[in-house]
Amino acid sequence: MRTPFTVRLIQSMPRGGWIALALFALVAWVGIPVAHLALPESHPLHVSAYTVSLLGKILCYMVVAVAMDLIWGYAGILSLGHGLFFALGGYAFGMYLMRQIGRDGSYGADLPDFMVFLDWKELPWYWAGSDSFAWALFLAVAAPGLIAFVFGYFAFRSRIKGVYFSIITQALTYAAMLLFFRNETGFGGNNGFTDFKRILGHSITSPEMRTLLFALSALLLIASLVLGRYLVTSRFGRVLAAIRDAESRVMFIGYNPLHYKLFMWTLSAMLCGLAGALYVPQVGIINPSEMSPANSIEIAVWVAVGGRGTLVGAVLGAGIVNLLKSWATVSFPEYWPFFLGFLFIAVTLYLPDGVVGLWRKLRAGRKAAPAAEQPLRTPPPGSTTDTLPEGATAPQHAAAATKGAAA
Amino acid sequence: MEPAMNRLLLRLVLFCAALACLAGPARAALDPALLAGFHGDFSSRVSAIEALGVAGGDDARRVLAALEEGNLGVAGERVLIVDGDAVRDAATGEAADVAAADVDLITVNNRVRRALSAAHAALSLLDGERGERLAAAQNLSENASETLLPLFERALAAEKDDAVRGVLTRAMAKVNLGAANPAKRLQAAEALGESSDPAVKNMLAALLQKNGDAWAEPDVAVRSAAEASIAAIDRRVATAQHVGTVFSGLSLGSILLLAALGLAITYGVMGIINMAHGELLMVGAYATFMVQTLFRGYLPGWLDWYVVAAIPVAFFAAALVGVAMERLVLRHLYGRPLESLLATWGLSLVLIQAMRVIVGPQNVELANPSWMSGGIELAAGVVLPWNRIVIIGFAVFVLALIWLTMQKTRLGMFVRAVTQNRPMAGCVGVPTARVDTLAFAIGAGIAGLGGLALSQIANVGPAMGQGYIVDSFMVVVLGGVGQLAGAVWAALGLGIVSKFLEGWAGAVIAKILVLVFIIVFIQKRPQGIFALKGRFADS
Repeated sequence: MRTPFTVRLIQSMPRGGWIALALFALVAWVGIPVAHLALPESHPLHVSAYTVSLLGKILCYMVVAVAMDLIWGYAGILSLGHGLFFALGGYAFGMYLMRQIGRDGSYGADLPDFMVFLDWKELPWYWAGSDSFAWALFLAVAAPGLIAFVFGYFAFRSRIKGVYFSIITQALTYAAMLLFFRNETGFGGNNGFTDFKRILGHSITSPEMRTLLFALSALLLIASLVLGRYLVTSRFGRVLAAIRDAESRVMFIGYNPLHYKLFMWTLSAMLCGLAGALYVPQVGIINPSEMSPANSIEIAVWVAVGGRGTLVGAVLGAGIVNLLKSWATVSFPEYWPFFLGFLFIAVTLYLPDGVVGLWRKLRAGRKAAPAAEQPLRTPPPGSTTDTLPEGATAPQHAAAATKGAAA
Repeated sequence: MEPAMNRLLLRLVLFCAALACLAGPARAALDPALLAGFHGDFSSRVSAIEALGVAGGDDARRVLAALEEGNLGVAGERVLIVDGDAVRDAATGEAADVAAADVDLITVNNRVRRALSAAHAALSLLDGERGERLAAAQNLSENASETLLPLFERALAAEKDDAVRGVLTRAMAKVNLGAANPAKRLQAAEALGESSDPAVKNMLAALLQKNGDAWAEPDVAVRSAAEASIAAIDRRVATAQHVGTVFSGLSLGSILLLAALGLAITYGVMGIINMAHGELLMVGAYATFMVQTLFRGYLPGWLDWYVVAAIPVAFFAAALVGVAMERLVLRHLYGRPLESLLATWGLSLVLIQAMRVIVGPQNVELANPSWMSGGIELAAGVVLPWNRIVIIGFAVFVLALIWLTMQKTRLGMFVRAVTQNRPMAGCVGVPTARVDTLAFAIGAGIAGLGGLALSQIANVGPAMGQGYIVDSFMVVVLGGVGQLAGAVWAALGLGIVSKFLEGWAGAVIAKILVLVFIIVFIQKRPQGIFALKGRFADS
């Protein structure tokens, strides 16, 4: 007999995980709203508007990191184009926000300012329905999902993988960036969308709206964590991990990797799209530079810093890197690229399992001390398929053995 | 009516006089008839000035110069030049027995000044420097009239420079197409078919326009001649443009090739994408800049040859950086291709920022040596620049060098062996670790040479390499890993195809189309154009 869904869902996470999630929800849904809205500004516990927006932004990044981890950590597919899906979600919702400006733009016209500027007389066809909130939300999920599905179908069908896949995704986002930079594309060119005024008729700058958006970002993060956790502990997740570790063997057993990879890939893109839709109203701008290859590759670094193949690692990594970034780019902007660059190198060289791996090693070391030292490198390939993927740490190592001549 | 008639008559006389001057050999003195106009009003003076300009010669020049300085005057029937106290006859240049005080100096107003500048232009059209002649021709063609035709013909007969000839031809055509005589117009319309200038084509097309019911050109024969000429021009321009497109495709292809060759080697050997490859291009370009600075400071006489001296410098600078990268970072990441992707991206961030801090965030200026500037003009607007021609040659040279290294040396053999089957190569005694380092050094050095080439046609700045990594990887993918021939075909093919697409759909759409094409191509042939033959464990 099959275990009921709710039971499986609850069992997918250890008790500690649920408790941590509940604590997080408490802080995000009660603590911060109260601290921001109810406490006066002079109060030492008051959370400023800047902080709420910053934290909301980072929550969106965390969702992206989770999406990235699902496809990279659990399916072994490194995407260097997730920024595209994120930005597409943002643009889809940004279209709605632009329409909500109404006649309050600087030209006072029905059309968005940039279209007046380009002397367009009516909305292009793909803007149809953009004044509907529901359609915007649908588009924010469907547009990245559809592109990911089509692209993924062709890529996975011909078994493009490894660095090939990574670079092609990078080229994809690069091409999209060029496309969106053009004024004729109809998405505001260089400047993108900005100067938003309202969502559903309510002011976008009010503290209540800000808090609501923040709480929604937290909700999305919690939901994606639970969903991700459920997926990777399910049968589906195990097959996916097996594909990651030894694709040929899984095929010989009789699975078609295409469906597994494609599902996870599309889901990951849709999550990114949702995160982008929540990100844009909180940051107040979306422009093509979000699609630059550098942004996408940074997403991979968040996950690498936190630890691939552990959802909590992705969340931690996104948090750590982004908090560091918002501090460092203000305090010493000259040296941030150095820091980021060395972070890329150091994490791949010395912390292949990220912060979470380090934490585990330290804990295991304390328990087993003074027994033999833990091996410095990651566990042997294949060992991850029959344990919980929480321990899955070495997506590339299985391929590594045969990598020598394989192109 | 009366004065206007007079003026017209005067013009005619002057014109004939000018013609007489042109026809005969250079004379010691000016025809007095040329100067007669200076006795009349401003209009007749202007005509006289024009006639002098057309006549040309030192005497005319002298008279015009005197007029410009306010030293030309009339006394009775004579035209005189006042030079301090001395007074000379304008026509002959000989001293005249007239007191300076008796000479009535000619005042110069704006209209006269304009005529003077046109006359100067006419004078310099015949014997000025190239730039002067070009400026003069352009100046004159703005207000060309039939009076100028003989001058144009004379200038055209002596003119060697294509740009000046083009301007003159067009100016003449403009005058002739507007002539009253249909035979003359027909002749002009036919003759213009020889041109390959879009401006001439526009001129002919204007004849075919219908203004209400009336044609701009009433004569049917002239119209059909104009149509034929337009077709001829179109054909010639289209051919020239196709040649130009193929050329710029080749040029882009050779740049891609230089950028991708190094990547093909390192990727073939180590199976990792070096995301910092673009920064190795940047290092090569900055090394070139450094050599240029040194030459400016210490060997200014040899400045034209700094590019040649920079070849080894760029190679070794980039190779050095490459070896450092391989030894310090990549060595530890073998067999983890995706992670080395991230690590090399980190390296590229560090290199870019380091260059920003050391040299500065602005683009640095690199000058083409004089022997690389200019170009061959195929038709108006289609120029094959020398620097691009040199770069195509340079790419061939580098390719030949690599081919020799890979095919004829022991190191090349080792590199090929490791590319084909690393464990087996190791088993038979190839020092794979050393081969890795050397292969990386060669690949990086070639990237440095690519940077040198780029520095001659593109901006050199810290982030210049970023735009090339995706393109070069596409070349490697398309060509097949570890295949020099594949890289060559892929680079040239991509270059030419994207240039043709650019002409048809614009640069951005072309880029996207090329990308889509590559994705579709990999569907069909995952191994690239030239698949490496051998046994593979997992593919």
